[in-house]
Amino acid sequence: MLKQIEGSRAVAETVAMCRPQVICAYPITPQTHIVETLGVMVKKGELNAEFLNVESEFAAMSVAIGAEAAGARAYTATASQGLLYMSEAVYNAAGLGLPIVMTIANRAIGAPINIWNDHSDAMSQRDAGWIQLYAETNQEAADLHIQAFRIAEELSNPVMVCMDGFVLTHASERVDIPAQSQVDAFLPPYEPRQVLDPGDPVSIGAMVGPEAFTEVRYLAFERMRRALEVIPAVEADFGAQFGRGSGGLVKQYRTDDADLIVVALGSVLGTVKDAIDELRDDGVQAGALTITTFRPFPVQAVRDALGDDDRLRRLVVLERSLAPGAGGVVTADLRTALATGDGGPRDAIISTVIAGLGGRPVTRRSLRRMLTRAARGELPEFSFLDLDRHLVEGELTRIRAARRSGPSAENILRALARRS
Amino acid sequence: MFQVRFHGRGGQGVVTAAELLASAAFREDRYAQAFPSFGSERMGAPVMSFCRIDDKPIRTREPVTAPDALLIQDPTLLHQAGLLDGLRPDGYVLVNSSRGVDDIGLAEFAARHRGHLLTVPATNLALANLGRPLPGAPMLGGLAALTRTEQTVSLDALLAAITERFGDRPRVAAGNSAAARAAFDFVTGELDELKAMTHHA
Repeated sequence: MLKQIEGSRAVAETVAMCRPQVICAYPITPQTHIVETLGVMVKKGELNAEFLNVESEFAAMSVAIGAEAAGARAYTATASQGLLYMSEAVYNAAGLGLPIVMTIANRAIGAPINIWNDHSDAMSQRDAGWIQLYAETNQEAADLHIQAFRIAEELSNPVMVCMDGFVLTHASERVDIPAQSQVDAFLPPYEPRQVLDPGDPVSIGAMVGPEAFTEVRYLAFERMRRALEVIPAVEADFGAQFGRGSGGLVKQYRTDDADLIVVALGSVLGTVKDAIDELRDDGVQAGALTITTFRPFPVQAVRDALGDDDRLRRLVVLERSLAPGAGGVVTADLRTALATGDGGPRDAIISTVIAGLGGRPVTRRSLRRMLTRAARGELPEFSFLDLDRHLVEGELTRIRAARRSGPSAENILRALARRS
Repeated sequence: MFQVRFHGRGGQGVVTAAELLASAAFREDRYAQAFPSFGSERMGAPVMSFCRIDDKPIRTREPVTAPDALLIQDPTLLHQAGLLDGLRPDGYVLVNSSRGVDDIGLAEFAARHRGHLLTVPATNLALANLGRPLPGAPMLGGLAALTRTEQTVSLDALLAAITERFGDRPRVAAGNSAAARAAFDFVTGELDELKAMTHHA
């Protein structure tokens, strides 16, 4: 049913239709509305699930692990510092091969403390062994959850559904919420690959020494390799049953004849597409590549989508997080993808643009200015979108001038206040 | 695309108002997007929310920087720096105030934007009809009247959205609906008066 609905609520209603048996969560902005809504549904008896209020995110993930080990379909959600706090258990869930589904309402990580949106949180856990799917719209965020349970349970591997905090979670827009019967037809009841059963005792979480650790880890590698086949298959099945495209590995927008291609993840693609249409009107052959599945990194799909060496291509990777000392997380994976295997524009000129950190809006105007420079070959290999260079230079001058230059965050805020 | 920026204070319901406008537009088979100015809002602090309405899917996610209409839910924000920033030259401004535009220091602006800048006593209408000082619904009723030539949203769709939103609280729904209708009538009356004055001039 078509609804005008807040993103968090759309996700909560959709998750409820996936019939999770255990929901455990600790509130943290901007994820809170999702589990609040689910909590109300359980309390009202609309959803038959155990809802556990836990004392921390570490406990939330630990409860999810325990629930899955007992054979229950488990769901949780978190963001930012909460994800970091549960990190040890996040790795355990993947290492054990337990198909938990978790929403990440993407948010920056402190310090400086900041509650707004970027991708620092999910990126910090990218190699924990979870599949990571990034939603572009609230429709896709809702749809990805239905697909996530299917993918997770088919592979016995946990899945994170990443949706931009506030930008999606708190935005009201049109979402087609499926009927329960549609979801039931798509998502069979959970059939665990491993379960704690007193009648047939097993250890889930055995200690493994050097004699077999590599082999058990190899299986994690193998599950991710299989995920590259399962995710497109689930996407196709979803499209056939629900009549719309959501999920998959990558998506292309006007890339076929593009000389300039923006590569990005998440909701920023909406504004990017508007900017691309404007650039096309200006005569720039621009396009966009959405990476929906970031883990496993879809190397071949990315190469195929970016064309080949028939002409010079400029790629602009729009990064919603910063890897200090390295640059861009997505860029590194993209470079690896283009340097190995078959096809892909090996000689592409790649620029990294760090954008939208800590909730700074990524505007069409700034994108258009930056991409126009890129098309002219004027964009450096690494840059920050809309960086206030004057503020940065001021603080660098202070740091050079005195040993006790003080806390930079406060210094910069004071400089900003003096300006206005 | 028609873009609205709401200005108010934390606790006044600017987010609910933006969502109600989006829901009303959705009821008229249009695409709509509503979202708050994301932040750690506190009671009484200046806050913003946004609503976009279009006949095709809305892709952009940036805040509204070039609004077609501004809804000022708290008149004490009127002289805040940047309040009118980006407003379309012939855009609309609706201020929640029981005083006239001349009395709130906007006479000059009003003269330049004849029929596009009005005040509506939204808080008073909310108190009278709802019993609480929540100006969101009457501000939207006023907007529906002020921007009727742009067909932003109809009063009927707005009332339906209010009824749906407060479905589990019939008295709240009825109070907000009555306040929205009263504001619609008030602004319609003001516009008719302006029109009559123009004809006589």
